[in-house]
Amino acid sequence: MIKIRSSEITPEHIYLNRRAFMVGAGSVAAGALALAACGGPSAAPANTTPAPTPDLATLPAALANAEPFASTDKDELGDPLNSYQDITNYNNYYEFTTDKEGVNPLSQGFNTRPWQVEVTGLVNNPKTYDIDDLIKQFNQEERIYRLRCVEAWSMVIPWVGMTIADLLKDVEPKSEAKFVKFTSVMRPEEMPGQERQILNWPYVEGLRIDEAMNPLAIFATGMYGKPLVAANGAPFRLIVPWKYGFKGIKGIVKIELVDTMPVSTWMDAGPSEYGFYANVNPQVDHQRWSQASERRVGEIGRRDTLMFNGYGEEVAQLYAGMDLRENY
Amino acid sequence: MQTLPQTLRKHWLWIIVNLGAITPLLLLIWNFYTDNLSADPVAYVTTKTGQAAIMILGLSLACTPINTVFGFRQVLTVRKSLGLYAFLYAALHLLTFVGLDYGFSLKYILADALLEKPYIIVGLAAFLILVPLAITSTKGWMKRLGRNWKRLHQLVYGAGVLAVLHYVWLVKLDLLWPIIYGSILALLLLLRVPRVRKWAASFQKKAPSKAPNVSQRKSKPMIA
Repeated sequence: MIKIRSSEITPEHIYLNRRAFMVGAGSVAAGALALAACGGPSAAPANTTPAPTPDLATLPAALANAEPFASTDKDELGDPLNSYQDITNYNNYYEFTTDKEGVNPLSQGFNTRPWQVEVTGLVNNPKTYDIDDLIKQFNQEERIYRLRCVEAWSMVIPWVGMTIADLLKDVEPKSEAKFVKFTSVMRPEEMPGQERQILNWPYVEGLRIDEAMNPLAIFATGMYGKPLVAANGAPFRLIVPWKYGFKGIKGIVKIELVDTMPVSTWMDAGPSEYGFYANVNPQVDHQRWSQASERRVGEIGRRDTLMFNGYGEEVAQLYAGMDLRENY
Repeated sequence: MQTLPQTLRKHWLWIIVNLGAITPLLLLIWNFYTDNLSADPVAYVTTKTGQAAIMILGLSLACTPINTVFGFRQVLTVRKSLGLYAFLYAALHLLTFVGLDYGFSLKYILADALLEKPYIIVGLAAFLILVPLAITSTKGWMKRLGRNWKRLHQLVYGAGVLAVLHYVWLVKLDLLWPIIYGSILALLLLLRVPRVRKWAASFQKKAPSKAPNVSQRKSKPMIA
C-alpha cells in the first residue's frame, strides 16, 4: 500500500473547490468513488480579472490602458498573440494550485500592494524598492515574447516590463557577484498551494549575471498594456524568453547577487529533470518526454520547438563552448 | 406490463450508471458548443477523456469486490457496461492525442511521442488490452470462448495497473491523485486474492442480509 504523507492531504478549501468541480462535472455515480479530477477547470467563474490596484493616472503609459492593448497582433515570426483571456486563465502557479485554470479564481484575493522588492547581497547600493516607485523609476516597455512551458505548450504574450540590466545598474553589483538569485513571496494565508509541501516554498530561481544582463531578460510588471494580474505573477516577475517558463519566477520580493550558483526550486525538486539553465532546446529531452515539438495554446496539432525558443541570435553566445546536454 | 416506479426500482442502478457514465461526454459536447473548453481545448479534452476512462475503469473493477464484501449482486449487472464505457473514453482519449494534439502527423507521433515518452507506450498498452476485451464482451463471444473468456478478461487488471502507471508517469509533480487512484486499484485487486476475498466475504455472511451466501456461489462463474 502506498502511504500518503499528512503533508499531502488536501487542505479543506481546495477540497471544497474540488467538490464544487465534481458537482459541476456530474461525476460518475456520484459518491461511489470519490475520484475527482485534478488539472481540470475550477467551478468558480474564471473569466473575471480584478481591477489593477493602482489607478491608471499614476501609471507609466505602457501600463495605463483601461482595456487590454498591444501594439501589434503578431510576434516577429508572424504568429498571433494569445488572447488576454487565455493568458490570464491558464497559469502554472503552484503557490495557488496545480490546476492551471484554478489559479485565477484562487488568486483574486491576493494583495499586490503594498509591495517591496529588496535588492541585496554582493552590491554596492543595496536597496528596497516600493513597487510603485520602481515602476516609475525604470523604463517600462512592451515586449512580445513566446513563452515555452517545459510541459511542451507555448503562448505568445505581450508583456510590459523593464530590463533586469536597468535594475542591476542601479544597485551596482560587485565584481565577485556571479549569479542573481530571485525569491518569491511566502504568504500561505493568501496562497493556498503553499500549504502543501509539493515544492520547497518559497520559490527560488536564479540566473548567471551575464544572462540577467542580456537585454531580452526582463522583469514583467504588466501584460497587454495593463498591470499584471495576480495569476500572471503580479506585481513583479521574471521573464527569460529563451528559457522554459518555470524560470520565470512570479511575485518576486527579494533579489540577491551571489557568488555561487543558486539551487532553484525545481532543481531541488527533481535534479535529474530540471537543471539550472533550463534553456529551451529541442535536442535535449526532459527525462520523461520529448522537447522536440510543442503545441501553441489554442491550436490543433504541433509545431517544431525552436532552439533557444527562437532567440538564438540574441543569446546563443552566452553558452558558447558549453555542453548543453550537460548543462540542461 | 411494469409501471414506471417498478421499472425504476428494478433498474435504478443501470439507469444511474448509464447516466453517470455518459455525463462526461455530454459535458464535453456542451462545453464545446458553449466555448468552454478552456484556453487549451486540446489539453482539456485529453485530460477529461483520460480521467473519465481511468475513473470508469476503476468503477468496473470495483463491481466484483463490492459484491464480495457487501453481497450486493445487482452491481454485477453493470460491470460490463462500465467496462465498455471505460473503453469508449480510452478510445476518445487516444483519438484526441493522435488527432487533436498531434494532428495525425506520423513524424511527430513516432519521433516525439511513441519513442520518447514512456507514459505514452504504457497508455497505449493499456488501451490495446481493452480492445479485445471490448470486442469479446458480447454473449456470443462469452459462449464461444467458454472458460477462456474469463481468463482473457482477467487482462483488465493489467490494463488498470498500466493506466495508473501512465498517470503517475505523466504528472509533472503533484502525485496526489495518481496515488489515490493507485491505492484504490491496489485495494480492488487485493480483494480478488482468494484468501482475502474469503476473509472479506466472511463479514458479509455474518451481517444480516437479504440474500446471504447466494452471491458468493452463484456469481462465481461471472467473476472476472
